[in-house]
Amino acid sequence: MQDFYNILPLILVASGIVISVVIEILSDNSEKILPWFSALVLLSASVYSIMLMNNTGTIFNGMLATGGNVYIFHFIFTIGAMLIILGSIDYIKKYGSYFGEYYILILNAVLGMMIMASARDLFMVFIGLELMSICFYVLAGINRKKLNANEASLKYVLLGAFASGFVVYGIALIYGTAQTTSIDKIIAGFVPLSHNILFITGLFLFLVGFSFKIAAFPFHQWVPDVYQGSATTISGLMSTGGKAAAFSVLIILLSAVAPSNANVFRPYFAVIATLSMIYGSIVAISQNNLKRMLAYSSIAHAGYMSIGLASGNYESIAGIIFYLAAYTFMNIGAFIVISMIEGENDSKLQLSDYVGLNAKNPKLAALMALFMFALSGLPPFAGFFGKYYVFISAIEANLTWLAIVGVISSVISVYFYLRVIVLMYFKEPETSVAVHNSNYGVLAAVISALFVIVFGLFPGTLLDLITSFLK
Amino acid sequence: MSKIVNPSVEYPANTWPLLFYGAAVLILAGIMVGLSYILGQRHEDKDTNTPFESGMKVTGSARLRFSVHFYLVAMFFVIFDLEAVFVVAWAIAFNELGWTGYIGVIIFIGVLTAVLVYEWRIGALDFGPNGKKILKAQKEFK
Repeated sequence: MQDFYNILPLILVASGIVISVVIEILSDNSEKILPWFSALVLLSASVYSIMLMNNTGTIFNGMLATGGNVYIFHFIFTIGAMLIILGSIDYIKKYGSYFGEYYILILNAVLGMMIMASARDLFMVFIGLELMSICFYVLAGINRKKLNANEASLKYVLLGAFASGFVVYGIALIYGTAQTTSIDKIIAGFVPLSHNILFITGLFLFLVGFSFKIAAFPFHQWVPDVYQGSATTISGLMSTGGKAAAFSVLIILLSAVAPSNANVFRPYFAVIATLSMIYGSIVAISQNNLKRMLAYSSIAHAGYMSIGLASGNYESIAGIIFYLAAYTFMNIGAFIVISMIEGENDSKLQLSDYVGLNAKNPKLAALMALFMFALSGLPPFAGFFGKYYVFISAIEANLTWLAIVGVISSVISVYFYLRVIVLMYFKEPETSVAVHNSNYGVLAAVISALFVIVFGLFPGTLLDLITSFLK
Repeated sequence: MSKIVNPSVEYPANTWPLLFYGAAVLILAGIMVGLSYILGQRHEDKDTNTPFESGMKVTGSARLRFSVHFYLVAMFFVIFDLEAVFVVAWAIAFNELGWTGYIGVIIFIGVLTAVLVYEWRIGALDFGPNGKKILKAQKEFK
């Protein structure tokens, strides 16, 4: 029974899904009940993941891990999805396509992410990955009457299925050489295995599949179109929860090499990090559509986090987890603000629609400014410390050049983040179109802003917690 | 940990029969196709390039539009078939799993029932046009 108590967050979300389906069947009023019910399920799961954080261990014959940093990830996923659901309540009405399945699919995607973060077996990783991805494919095209939502969904499903194929082939080769799918056993036998060319090939294919999911440079082509075409709130969830879940798997693999300091992935991740940072930051400058701009910025952020994967020590793992926590809240906040400003039929997403926003709606302008400052990595917000810890870990791993490239591309990225703030505050509005105001959306944005400020003011608390679980 | 006994892959020493067999297959097939290409007759008739349908004349394109229900039924079949596999796997180990397995399978079947009712409710199990829905839509249209 202790096992079942230890994975209560997963059980809560899973039973929440079944109950949501029953609510959707039985109630004609599910439009009002489901968002609040799923938000409640996610909130209670996040509370339990904090309460059970100290119950570290593996359960179900080493299939799933509980407690520790895994539950920090669960907290990030559940709270992030709860904020997205709060932001969706009014957005989905404006969007004109309410389906009860919207909330059920979000819960399913979160369950997939949680399984991925918990997994200690390659098959569990794959089950979680597919559960999350398939829900995202459907959610990307949830507004089936809109042409570019269909385009986004189709592009995502085709390329995503291809990436899943890489992951499965990688798992097959790893199983063929290591003769086990248990991640702990593979890690224990890692040093002799890493001389085997087939094992390294399998590992490389596995990494390619996950590089697709984190949207790193050579595998990034789907990101701008998918983020632009899908519902804004869903883009927010895909860019944060999906990325964090993929990183959680990469971190487990990285912990295999962290103690021995023999990082075989270093060249791969160093190249990916450099290309993603520079490409994302430079291309984002030329974007006029805000969702597209944030998509390129999400590629750049994947690059910053990959610096941590390249350095591969305990500091970098702690840095990546901190960065993911910070990035989740600032990016979800930014996407929720965009979803409130967005008009019908994809209107009001251009940079020109943000001119003079401060005069029209100072509340939203202030929130947007805060998230833009945080994303560009200015202190005292959480984004600064995320980048700081990752860069420090790179310097400790003798990768100073990578840290320098990171700093240069952060400086480049300041330009396009601060351009939004300049347009909002220092330009006079040309048009006087009313801005939709959603109380729940503002509430969600304020909660994310609070997290961004708290993580920025007291970064040590969270970092010490993460580090204490690593040793 | 001791499970990993063999980090390097061993290639069997005597693979040559397999390689010989593979080469023989390729060569034989090559000879057969090549000879018939060189020695065979050539026809350029009206129906030479049409697909062979048991000697009949070709009727229409193969690219028909199937009803979407066809795919839906196929998917439901795959899903429920797989679920039946899980239940059978439990049934085989019925005695060993005991009450824990019984409770587990009850929960599993409960979830399945909820999903089945959901499919029923959204009309995924209605084959052909639904008269009641059409009448309702017509009333709303007026």
